[in-house]
Amino acid sequence: MSNGQNQDQSMFSNTILKWIDDRFPLSSLIREHATEYYASKNFNIWYIFGVLSLVVLVIQLVTGIFLTMSYKPSAKEAFDSVEYIMRSVEWGWLIRYMHSTGSSFFFIVVYLHMFRAMLYGSYKKPRELVWIVGMLIYFCLIAEAFFGYLLPWGNMSYWAAQVIVNLFSAIPFIGETLTEWIRGDYYISDITLNRFFAFHVIAVPLAIIALVFAHILALHHVGSNNPDGIEIKNYKDEQGKPIDGVAFHPYHTSKDLVWITVFLILFFAAVFFAPEMGGFFLEVDNFEPANPLQTPEHIVPPWYLTPYYAILRAIPNKLLGVIFMASSVLFFVFLPWLDKCKVKSIRYRGWQYKLALSCFAVSFVVLGYLGMQPATGIYVVLARLFTIVYFLFFLMMPFYTRFEKTKPVPERVVYKK
Amino acid sequence: MKLFKTITVSCFLLLILYADLTKASEGNTGDNFLVANNDVSDVNSLQRGAGNFFNYCAGCHSLKFIRYNQIAEDLDLNKSQLVENLIFTQAKPEDAVIANMLPSDGSRWFGKSPPDLSLITRSRGTDQVYNFLRTFYKDSNSPTGADNRALPGTSMPNVLWLVQEQLNEKEFDQFTLDIVNFLDYVSEPIQSERKRIGIWVILFLLVFLVFSYGLYKDIWKEVH
Repeated sequence: MSNGQNQDQSMFSNTILKWIDDRFPLSSLIREHATEYYASKNFNIWYIFGVLSLVVLVIQLVTGIFLTMSYKPSAKEAFDSVEYIMRSVEWGWLIRYMHSTGSSFFFIVVYLHMFRAMLYGSYKKPRELVWIVGMLIYFCLIAEAFFGYLLPWGNMSYWAAQVIVNLFSAIPFIGETLTEWIRGDYYISDITLNRFFAFHVIAVPLAIIALVFAHILALHHVGSNNPDGIEIKNYKDEQGKPIDGVAFHPYHTSKDLVWITVFLILFFAAVFFAPEMGGFFLEVDNFEPANPLQTPEHIVPPWYLTPYYAILRAIPNKLLGVIFMASSVLFFVFLPWLDKCKVKSIRYRGWQYKLALSCFAVSFVVLGYLGMQPATGIYVVLARLFTIVYFLFFLMMPFYTRFEKTKPVPERVVYKK
Repeated sequence: MKLFKTITVSCFLLLILYADLTKASEGNTGDNFLVANNDVSDVNSLQRGAGNFFNYCAGCHSLKFIRYNQIAEDLDLNKSQLVENLIFTQAKPEDAVIANMLPSDGSRWFGKSPPDLSLITRSRGTDQVYNFLRTFYKDSNSPTGADNRALPGTSMPNVLWLVQEQLNEKEFDQFTLDIVNFLDYVSEPIQSERKRIGIWVILFLLVFLVFSYGLYKDIWKEVH
C-alpha cells in the first residue's frame, strides 16, 4: 500500500515537472549544470574557493538587504544609523558583523581562488574567457568594497575615499574636473555618500551577479580544470561520460558541503569572537565619525587593497604611480597570453615558473604588509624592491615560460582513494 | 612544491605575529604603562565603573548611544537603584545618557567640548583610556593645573584628583579600571552575549560537520 502511495506521489510530481518542462527547460538545466556536469574526481582543497566565493556572495547580498532597511545614507545620520543597527535593531549587530567580516572573507577566498588558477593553469586555453570574466568580477568586487567602505561614514572611510578619489586628479587635463564629477562636490560630502550608496547597493551588485552567471556558464561550457591540468573529456566511457569525472551533484556538492561547513566555522569564529580582527576587518579610526578637519595619522585602505596601495606609494611620481597601480591589477587579465608554456599544472612545470610564482606570492603578501605601514625609510625601499619583483613576474613571463623544462604530463588524472 | 608551501605559510604566520606584537606595543608612552585586561563579563566591576562614571565623568561627557534603562538591565540594577545611583540629571530611565553641560559651554570653558564617550574604547583602545585616566599629574604651567602622561597637553582637568589622593596606587588603578571596563561595555553592550552565542553556533557547526562528512563519505564510497 505504501508502495502505491509513493507511486502516486511520484506520478503527481512527474506531471508537475512535465508541465514546467514543456514551458521552461528546468530538467535539462539541472542535468546540464548539476547532475550531468562532470568535474574531475581529484579536486583538492584549492578547488573549494569558487564555491566559497558564491557562499560569501549570498551572505553579503542577504545581510546587505537587511542592513539597508535601517541604514541612512546621509552625512548627518549614517554613522549614528550604523550604531543604531549595532545596538537597537534586533540581531542588527550580527547582520552588521557578518557583512563587515564577509567583505574581508570575500577577498580571502577570491585571492585563493585566483591563486588556484595560477597554480594549475586554469586561465589557459580553452578557459581564457572564464578567467577574464573572473577578473571582471574581481574589478567589480574592488569597486564594491571601495563604495561600501565609505558608507559607515567613519573617519577612515572618509579619508580613504578622499585619497582614492583624488588619484583620478593625476590624469592630465581632465583630472581635476573628473574628481569633482565623481564626488559631485569639491570634497567628499553628503552627495558623494548618496551616490556611493547607490553604486554599492544596486549598480555594482547587479554587475557582479550578471558576471557570476557568465563565469559559471563559460566554465560549464568548457569544463572544469583539475590539479593535473589535463582534459578529462579525452577519456569517456561508452555512455559518453568522462571516466575521471564525477557528477557535480551529488558528488561535488556533498564534498563542498563539508568544506562549506569548515569555512562557516572559521567565518563565524571571526564574527562572534574577533569581528574587529585586531583592526584588520574593522579599523579603529572608523569608530569616530567622519571629520573633514581631522586627518587620521596614517590613511590606509582596507587590508585587501594594500598591495596596490604600496605600489602606488613606491613610485615617486603621482601619475606614474597611478599608472603602475592600475597596471598591476590589469596585468592579470593578460596571463593567458603571457604564459607560453603548454603544460598547465604546476605539478609538471619547470622550476622557472615555480620560482616565479613563489616570488610573486611573497611579493604580493609583503606589499600588502608594506601598504599598511607609513611610507618612510626602509619601507619605501622594500616597497620599490617588491614592486619590481611583482612586475617582473608578468613582464618576464613570456621568456621564462618559453624555455621551461617540463615533466611528462599523465594521460589520466592522478587519483588516490 | 613543499618548499614553496613552507615559505608561503611561514610568511603569513610571521605577518600575523608581527601585527600582533606591534598592536600590543601601540600607544606605549612610558614605563608606567599598564595593559587594561578588563573583563566585561564582571558585573560587579561594571556596577562600580558605572557608579564612578556617573559621579565623576557624566557631568561633562555623554554616552549618546546608550539608554539608562539598558545599562540597568545589563548591570542587574532595578529601577530605584538606577534612579538613586546613576541618574543625576532630569533624564527619565528610557532616555539616552546626555551630559548636563552644553557642548557650547564645554568648548568655551575648556577650548574643546568634552567628547561623547560611547565608542571611546573602540576608537582609542582600552589600554590608552586606562592609562589616560591613571596618569594625571600636577603641572602648574597647564591652564587646568594638571597634565597627563598618556596624552600630554590634554584640555581635560584632573577631575579624579581627590580620589587619587584618597586611595593608594593599587586601589586607584582598580577605580579607573572599573571605569574603563564600564566604557568598554558601553562601546558594545552585546559583546558578552555575542561570545556566549558564538560558542553554541560553533558547537552546532561542529556537529553539522560530522554529519556532512558522513554524507560525503557515503556518497563517495562508490568512486574509484
